[in-house]
Amino acid sequence: MSKFLDVKNLSVKFNTEDGVVHAVDNLSFSVERGKTLGIVGESGSGKSVTSLAIMGLHKGSRAEVTGEIWLDGQEINQLAEKDIRKLRGKKMAMIFQDALAALHPYYTVGNQIAEAYQVHNKVSKTEAKKHAIEMLDRVGIPEPQKRADDYPHQFSGGMRQRAMIAMSLSCDPTLLIADEPTTALDVTVQAQILELLRDLQKEFGTSIILITHDLGVVAETADDVLLMYAGKAVEYGNVRDVLKNPQHPYAWGLLTSIPRLTGDPDKKLAAIPGIPPSLISVPSGCAFHPRCSYVSTVGAACSATIPDLLLVTNTAHHLVRCHLDVKNREDIFKNQVVPKL
Amino acid sequence: MSTILKVSGLTKHFAGNKHGLFSKADAIQAVDGVSFELAQGEALGLVGESGCGKSTTGRLITRLLEPTIGKIEFEGQDITHLSNNNLRPIRTQLQMIFQDPYSSLNPRHTVGTIVGTPFNISKVTPEGGVKKRVQELLEIVGLNPEHYNRYPHEFSGGQRQRIGIARALALRPKVIVADEPVSALDVSIQAQIINLMKDLQKDFGLTFVFIAHDLAVVRHFAQRVAVMYLGNIVEIADRDSLYSNPKHPYTKALLSAVPEADPDAVGARERIRLTGDVPNPINPPSGCRFRTRCWKAQEICATTPPALLQVGKSSVACHFPE
Repeated sequence: MSKFLDVKNLSVKFNTEDGVVHAVDNLSFSVERGKTLGIVGESGSGKSVTSLAIMGLHKGSRAEVTGEIWLDGQEINQLAEKDIRKLRGKKMAMIFQDALAALHPYYTVGNQIAEAYQVHNKVSKTEAKKHAIEMLDRVGIPEPQKRADDYPHQFSGGMRQRAMIAMSLSCDPTLLIADEPTTALDVTVQAQILELLRDLQKEFGTSIILITHDLGVVAETADDVLLMYAGKAVEYGNVRDVLKNPQHPYAWGLLTSIPRLTGDPDKKLAAIPGIPPSLISVPSGCAFHPRCSYVSTVGAACSATIPDLLLVTNTAHHLVRCHLDVKNREDIFKNQVVPKL
Repeated sequence: MSTILKVSGLTKHFAGNKHGLFSKADAIQAVDGVSFELAQGEALGLVGESGCGKSTTGRLITRLLEPTIGKIEFEGQDITHLSNNNLRPIRTQLQMIFQDPYSSLNPRHTVGTIVGTPFNISKVTPEGGVKKRVQELLEIVGLNPEHYNRYPHEFSGGQRQRIGIARALALRPKVIVADEPVSALDVSIQAQIINLMKDLQKDFGLTFVFIAHDLAVVRHFAQRVAVMYLGNIVEIADRDSLYSNPKHPYTKALLSAVPEADPDAVGARERIRLTGDVPNPINPPSGCRFRTRCWKAQEICATTPPALLQVGKSSVACHFPE
């Protein structure tokens, strides 16, 4: 299938008073048409910065964005602001975590959706409003005719998120970036929103980048997973490969540390020791090595050289960035990780 | 096991908007008739979605809020309407850990001052002095005692939550109410804090009220779980019964909505999709408050509020339990 979005060697640096922050470091990934890529990582791992770079939202800030971003055969990282504005909303759209902050409090929800539609389509105000109501109906807002005249604060959290999805999809974009779209929502509402995204994806054939810290959300919605740590991809592959046969010690740590609804609840959670590194002084070598339990198996290489992102043997598309050799990795996974899962 | 805390018919109505000069303000029924008992040394989980009243319940128990009706008994003593002065000795026994490790620590105080404040307020001088005790506490929660003079902004989210825990432990309380203590933390840090609190519970024989919206987290911490919906407890049971055999439709729906990090589990589990949102607590539905979103609702659900009754090993407030 065609790579609809192809990101090559993306790096984002911020110059701050305290030093250069390497928020994203040499990141490459792609998304196929109609598929979902989940980007997973903890706070500060660079997942949101990546999405803002794709949307061209670092332009004008002090960020230095290098690398190539190909969207539907067009390189967009070098585009001027006025050109990328034509793509934003129309070809690619974004929804944010906090819908109340993302929607304008002074305008009605219907107005805001209609405005977005009018920017890209030559239609009258009445037609745009009609389209906004259709979109609200499509995302499951009851009585859309009436609710279109409500202000964001009159909507509940779940409805606001629906309204934002309606706005982002109003121009039928081919790429939708969802940055923690359900983190602020309750589980029952989260399930509704994830289902809505899945349905809309089927209907419109949208490619989705879903940014989240929740591996459960990824398991339910994504086709591929990109696991990030300190601005780098540490593991990348099909969702089944990554979650069922994880290769990186960080992935092992995450999967064994999450509380689950199955298994022995009195078993101690296998927490990852330490805290995520500061991006101003990323540890030498593998950025994860100060928190990794298997450094002694490998030796000095972990703190000396950055491991390459390499293909896992016998897989088509499952990459891992770790110095552990194949045999050790298999042994550790089988004997030490699986029992903790 | 003896009962350390007993709550009966606890109700909190907040005053909402007034609709005219002489009209009465709307009553936001945040918590409405909640009763439960807490046994010495146990951890009770309080789960539910936002607006269900779980945090308000926690704040009522610790008397940070004044209950409208109801009774709170701590070790047999009625503390429902005790004055601040009389409450002070009780507060040394009844501490709270807050959700947000950023706003719950004073940014202008050092860690030493923050953790030492409980001693000053209750005018207790620990053996060996406040500083020594504070450093011991920092060590217990896994922080470097030499960081005594640092400020909260120098710590990460997980470390700040440890400071909050050290402060709660300072006066050796018997009961700790933890309000969403891990929901603001990253996954890998979350597990560290859960493990720490579990160890503390064991080492100090603490009794916990653990408030959270994440059912998987509660499962790993609490021995008994109460599920709340719109100000009511709808189901309360020991952990195993609640998770393996939920009786209330809401508990069932809530459990089925939790996404699991296992691609094999997706599609294998029964899905219950609740429609709509939680109703407004100013004007909750008549009868059973869950009926507007319940697929089992019948006529009786609209007329009679179900009582919390024993069904098997669980207590359930439903006319048609599973």
